[in-house]
Amino acid sequence: MGGTLSSTTKHRRPLSPFMLYRFQYTMLLSFLHRVTGCAMSVGLLLFVYWLTSMAGGAESYEQAQGVFAHVLVKLALVGFSFAFFYHLLNGVRHLSWDTGRGFQKKTARLSGWIVFLGALVLTASFWILVCVRLGGAA
Amino acid sequence: MSLRTPIGRVLGLGSAKSGVSHWWSQRVSAVALAILALWFVFALLRMPDFAYATLIAWVAVPFNAVLLALLTGVAAYHSKLGVQVVVEDYVHDHGWKVATLLSINFIHVVLAACGIFAVLRIAFVGAGVGAAV
Repeated sequence: MGGTLSSTTKHRRPLSPFMLYRFQYTMLLSFLHRVTGCAMSVGLLLFVYWLTSMAGGAESYEQAQGVFAHVLVKLALVGFSFAFFYHLLNGVRHLSWDTGRGFQKKTARLSGWIVFLGALVLTASFWILVCVRLGGAA
Repeated sequence: MSLRTPIGRVLGLGSAKSGVSHWWSQRVSAVALAILALWFVFALLRMPDFAYATLIAWVAVPFNAVLLALLTGVAAYHSKLGVQVVVEDYVHDHGWKVATLLSINFIHVVLAACGIFAVLRIAFVGAGVGAAV
């Protein structure tokens, strides 16, 4: 028994599919869903900081406003907003896949493009609206 | 009759029977979060300014307070579920995996508690938030 089992190791075994995959941009989109999700988990820290600074009174809120005014934090906020819109749109894509729809190669690629470009457009529109709203004071 | 091998049973391998519930929780919280987060984005866009008094008055409105508290809780829950999957996929050492999952769980619960408490404090104490104590 043991002999027949170990003898199979002499043969070349097939590689697991993930080692054979050639790069396709839909893989990158899938990975980006995870990356944006993790990014927003970090963003959650900032969101809770914002809320607690408000609950702490005018002084602590002012301090937080100073933090949010920093260029790096502003850049991070733009990043988080893109992460949000991308994860939201791609999440809808995933939910529709869960119902068994949209798996055809052409459809899956098209929906991928819509999600990516849609996220870019929504992020840009969001910040343009914010800047217009605040009269460029932001 | 079980089809599992005796050694598999001893080592505790195989399904823990809780994968489906995680999968469903992730989907359900995703739908809830999509609605709550979109509400929040529109609320931000409609905010006249981000002065302290404006925001306190906005959070103090019961409708906003409830949705903000829900948003914080659901976001923390959905985030916990997602990060958990990432850790399970990429952290292979058993000890590290357990330690990471445990800390991630704690951090998310603390974040949700802090965020919800902050919202409730503003909602109940109102504009006197700084003066109270």
